[in-house]
Amino acid sequence: MADEKLIRTENLVKIFPMGSSKVTALNRVTLSFQAGEFAGLVGPSGSGKTTFLNIVGTLDAPSSGSAFVLGRTVEGLSHREAAWLRNRSIGFIFQTFNLLPVYTAYENVEFPLLLLKTPAAQRRKMVMDALDWVGLADRARSRPAQLSGGESQRVAIARAMVKKPPLLLADEPTANLDAENSHHILQTMEKLNRQLATSFLFATHDEKVIGYLRRKITLVDGRVAGDENCRARGAEGTEPC
Amino acid sequence: MIRFLYLGLWRDRSRSLFPLLTVVFGVMLTVVMFTWIKGFEVGFLATSARLGSGHVSVMSRAYADERDQLPNDAALAGAAGIMERLRRDFPLFSWTPRIHFAGLLDVPDEKGETRAQGPAGGLAVDLFSPGSPEPAILDLEPALVRGALPRRAGEILLADEFAANLGIAPGASVTLIAGTMHGGMATANFTVAGTFRFGAPAMDRGMMIVDLADARTVLDMDDAAGEITGFFRAGFYDREQAETEAQRFNDLFAASQDPFAPRMETLIAMSGMSQMLGWMDAMLGIIVVVFLAAMFIVLWNTGLMGNIRRYGEIGVRLAMGETKGRVYRAMIAEAAVVGLAGSLIGTALGLALALYVQEHGLDFSAMMRNASMLMSTKLHTHVTGTAYFIGFVPGLAATVLGAATAGRAIYKRQTSRLLKELET
Repeated sequence: MADEKLIRTENLVKIFPMGSSKVTALNRVTLSFQAGEFAGLVGPSGSGKTTFLNIVGTLDAPSSGSAFVLGRTVEGLSHREAAWLRNRSIGFIFQTFNLLPVYTAYENVEFPLLLLKTPAAQRRKMVMDALDWVGLADRARSRPAQLSGGESQRVAIARAMVKKPPLLLADEPTANLDAENSHHILQTMEKLNRQLATSFLFATHDEKVIGYLRRKITLVDGRVAGDENCRARGAEGTEPC
Repeated sequence: MIRFLYLGLWRDRSRSLFPLLTVVFGVMLTVVMFTWIKGFEVGFLATSARLGSGHVSVMSRAYADERDQLPNDAALAGAAGIMERLRRDFPLFSWTPRIHFAGLLDVPDEKGETRAQGPAGGLAVDLFSPGSPEPAILDLEPALVRGALPRRAGEILLADEFAANLGIAPGASVTLIAGTMHGGMATANFTVAGTFRFGAPAMDRGMMIVDLADARTVLDMDDAAGEITGFFRAGFYDREQAETEAQRFNDLFAASQDPFAPRMETLIAMSGMSQMLGWMDAMLGIIVVVFLAAMFIVLWNTGLMGNIRRYGEIGVRLAMGETKGRVYRAMIAEAAVVGLAGSLIGTALGLALALYVQEHGLDFSAMMRNASMLMSTKLHTHVTGTAYFIGFVPGLAATVLGAATAGRAIYKRQTSRLLKELET
């Protein structure tokens, strides 16, 4: 079913079996996101942030309710269709960077384009553009072991952004970075959000990340406890998150 | 994507080098073991044919039934006529009559009294007739240790070890005491012209080589022969051809009830060789299966360890939208590259080693002193067409199967757990 929203969930429920009992990770969560948002799910551990990202990232299906992502109903996707949607339209940024260690920064960024069978010449340009966005064009030949934590995360951002996906999901992207690198990374993401109109959805409880959000959704025990629009940094109007 | 696969293999030695070395070693060992057993088989057949009863042998039915006891009383009479027929109707072979006999060799002192004595096995072959193939078949010249080859009637060759045990040297006189074809006692004096060593313990312990005419005179076997041996003119034993020719010959006498009618036996049908060759073929099969199984288990384990080590990488690839099937196929493609390279290198190294040993041989004389089989103490490998793929195919198959089995774990990954798993 097509949808004008980038993401829309209705009464989303996710229940995990835990031995003989069950744990409700998401409890009737109804949310929607427009294209170009820079939003974050915040809340304590176990509040359902990652579970929500899993479902909108097509890595998991809801127990009940519906999730529409980029015009597709998540619960109706096969493994192959879900992979195809992630491949074309969703970028992931992980807490621990997860670069492929035997490949250079260039090759790590190139990998999603290989899956998309992008022609070589176009691929080269897209990879160098992506590395340029994150300020690492000169480190293209470096292997992950030769990069700092901040540089590794910037390469991971370039890898997630290289195919210019409409949606980027970031799970605790600054958890392994110091304050300076965290701000650098967040500024880079913010810039890409503005320049490429990519929607960013974070799962975080890092105050530094929260300070950059323009929308903050608070989850507690799998329920939406708050959903507020915030003032963008340096902008006038609403309160900062 | 192929470049990506290649780069991963090249840079990550633990995903390529260890499996590669396993395959190289396994394939090389399979090739060497195969050529070794083939070499043993071929050497055994060649020596048995050369020093025993040829590639095929014609003898009387009665002789064939008791062949182990060298029953010369059942020898073929009218050997010249049979020889002529064989040369005409069975031209694939070079035919030559032989007599195997046993007796007692007595060494007299200067007074004519027995100084030393020992049981002797005798092989009578045509040493002197012009055109006789025997000197070439037996390859006597290189086997000569002391003295010279017999040049006239009454001269014999003695196994060097036998001569040493009897305490005699070339030029010595010896007396053979044996039984005639008709059951009488035969004695004859011979001069030892030289001593030989074939490198076949069964021959080298107590054998004497006598000219056929001398043996016929002594054993009262005029125009008779224990066996008429045939050697493929091509030089090597062809099992199927030998069986076909033997069947063709035996069909000619199928209607005869005469126990002394001639019968053609093939090399492997004699002395239980068929069973032994069957055993060798079975051993070859077992060796290939054992190596395949061992390599499969090692490579499966390597694949499992690789999956654990590359858990994060596989997770990221799945998260980025690569399908499980595609990741699985990529793992198998990596294994196929490693298996192909390992099998090629292993086959090349195995063949190189096998060809070297085929050319130079390995001397096992110290270990074969008491061997009773007619085979050389210098063992050679034998490289056949099969050796080129006997290790290659299992090497490639084991690598791919190992990766395919280990890679099934990819299908058990739950994408719903990827984000959690990739946090650590």
